[in-house]
Amino acid sequence: MSGSIVLQSREKQVAMLRKMLTIRRFEERVKKEFAETRVKGFVHLYIGEEAVAVGLCSNLQKDDYVTSTHRGHGHCIAKGVELRGMMAELYGKRTGTCKGKGGSMHIADVELGMLGANGIVGAGLPLAIGAALSSKYRKSGQVAVAFFSDGALNQGTFHESMNIASLWKLPVVFVCENNGFGEATPIRFHTSVKDPTIRASSYDMPGVRVDGMDVMAVSQAAAEAIARARRGDGPTLLVCDTYRYMGHFEGDEQKYRKKEETEEWKLKDPILKLKGLMTREGSISEKEYSEMDASILAEVEDAVTFADKSAWPAPNEVLEDVYTSI
Amino acid sequence: MQKTEATSKNLTFLQAITEGLAQEMERDKSIIVMGEDVRAWGGVFARFKGFRERFGDDRVIDTPISESGFLGAGVGAAATGLRPVVDLMFVDFFGVTGDQIINQAAKMKYMFGGKAKIPLVITTLIGGGVSAAAQHSQCLYSVFAHIPGIKCVVPSTPYDGKGLIVTALRQDDPVMFFEHKFLHSSVEGMVPSESYSIPFGVADIKREGSDVTIVGLARTVHQSLEAAAILEKEGISVEVVDPRTIVPIDEQAILNSVKKTGRLIVVDEDYPRCGMATDISALVAEKGFNYLDAPIRMVTSLNTPVPFSPVLEEAYLPSVERIVQAARATVSRR
Repeated sequence: MSGSIVLQSREKQVAMLRKMLTIRRFEERVKKEFAETRVKGFVHLYIGEEAVAVGLCSNLQKDDYVTSTHRGHGHCIAKGVELRGMMAELYGKRTGTCKGKGGSMHIADVELGMLGANGIVGAGLPLAIGAALSSKYRKSGQVAVAFFSDGALNQGTFHESMNIASLWKLPVVFVCENNGFGEATPIRFHTSVKDPTIRASSYDMPGVRVDGMDVMAVSQAAAEAIARARRGDGPTLLVCDTYRYMGHFEGDEQKYRKKEETEEWKLKDPILKLKGLMTREGSISEKEYSEMDASILAEVEDAVTFADKSAWPAPNEVLEDVYTSI
Repeated sequence: MQKTEATSKNLTFLQAITEGLAQEMERDKSIIVMGEDVRAWGGVFARFKGFRERFGDDRVIDTPISESGFLGAGVGAAATGLRPVVDLMFVDFFGVTGDQIINQAAKMKYMFGGKAKIPLVITTLIGGGVSAAAQHSQCLYSVFAHIPGIKCVVPSTPYDGKGLIVTALRQDDPVMFFEHKFLHSSVEGMVPSESYSIPFGVADIKREGSDVTIVGLARTVHQSLEAAAILEKEGISVEVVDPRTIVPIDEQAILNSVKKTGRLIVVDEDYPRCGMATDISALVAEKGFNYLDAPIRMVTSLNTPVPFSPVLEEAYLPSVERIVQAARATVSRR
């Protein structure tokens, strides 16, 4: 695949680096906020997988759609959801993206095409083909991207959605973030095929496997799949091999894997990889990187301050937003 | 009460609903319909017959037998600007697509802090009486009434069916539209040719009376009316209340009727536990206890799966006879 990599502009590289680092710094702070009990509930961190969300979303238009997973912070940030609203949502404040009604597993911003993180494994795929059907019917040219993990490969919704999308030639890209584990269970114990891209052939669509720790490679593959969808040629299954550095959820003791395995994957870190490439190409200096990092950390700090200072929802707000009209 | 106008015509229950849907499709191009066997049969019981010719393939979509896939696609399309009508052939099949209804459609608006609209209508067949056995005869509407976020429509007449499907298509929340299969062709009535809408949450008094209130839904409305005719000859005056929608439900109409009659029988074809019969009974016990002159009675299906044999199914279902007996028993406590 490397031979066909299109040279990406410096601006795009800088933007992708910034997005990945924003996800990383935001989530590191979420980890801290959770540990210190200011963020409650179930928290699933995306750290280590940033190249997938950013590689995909850097090729999307603002009005394109994505459906996400319970590990959704990265997809939200990559699609443009504001950090202030996200942190306030995690705090459960009324200024949160979802007014404190969704929390980590349900952050959504429909106006940005972000159709929701989702607490149900595999549930986003049918929603994505529906968004793609809507786009096709309205002739709007919008594309839908369904993010899911290898854990969803064996849900009926995966197979049903792949079949329907291919049958109806829908403008959708299925993105399997293969982090090697369905919750605590390694992929070799839960999926019948060694290479998930094989499953694309069952539905007569291209299956592309890509290094999910390399944002340039993801972006290249994504650009091709998205272009194919947009011109009406139907769906693609992209399998991005990646790794989550943290546990399945915050508090997971991770007894199902060795520390050395995690450390080995960290050597392929997507942020360091892009930074290394850009440094070699002379497109970013150490000073520029430090400044970028500092400004992101300030942005995250601002989001925490905003969340902390925001008001709690009034108890009677529990009754709002169930129905549009009654 | 049914209206008859110069431009009315006699339609079956199914024809009336189909006409309401087609008229809305003429008016609103964002409405699409999806379902199994739409191409070959016009859908189950030919509910979309002629729709492909009339509205085109891109609005009348034939789906594979993948309820999670196509129902979820309906939810996704509803969230992104369309107004899909998805046909879940038999409500029994919700078991294979429950997540997309219960966890996705019903909750998206709330989870997203109100920043989503899911104008989705799911049509589905309910009910027994045709020996369709345990997996094609359930009612199950109480399952959906249990879940906040979904509106539930249970019409009993052609007039109500048309007016309520139109309302379902003119509001922005997910709606389950339950059609009793026994009523589809067995019930006819005069229906205005023009489009009209019936508001949700407004019960209809199908028969006025003074001695006992019977609340029925779908087919049991008709059984209750039959029972009322028999009881009238015995000097018992029955009021039949049809809530028509169970989410939202017209609590006040039920309470007003019980206030007038002092007696309540709830007739429901759904299972007896945690169903609309217990729900409506609890409503009256909580808010209308002082109106009651006798204990509330419930006439429901039995607490078993729906049996196949006509003899067993007859024993299982609520019947006119059981309603009559319940009414005699409650009125005897004067």
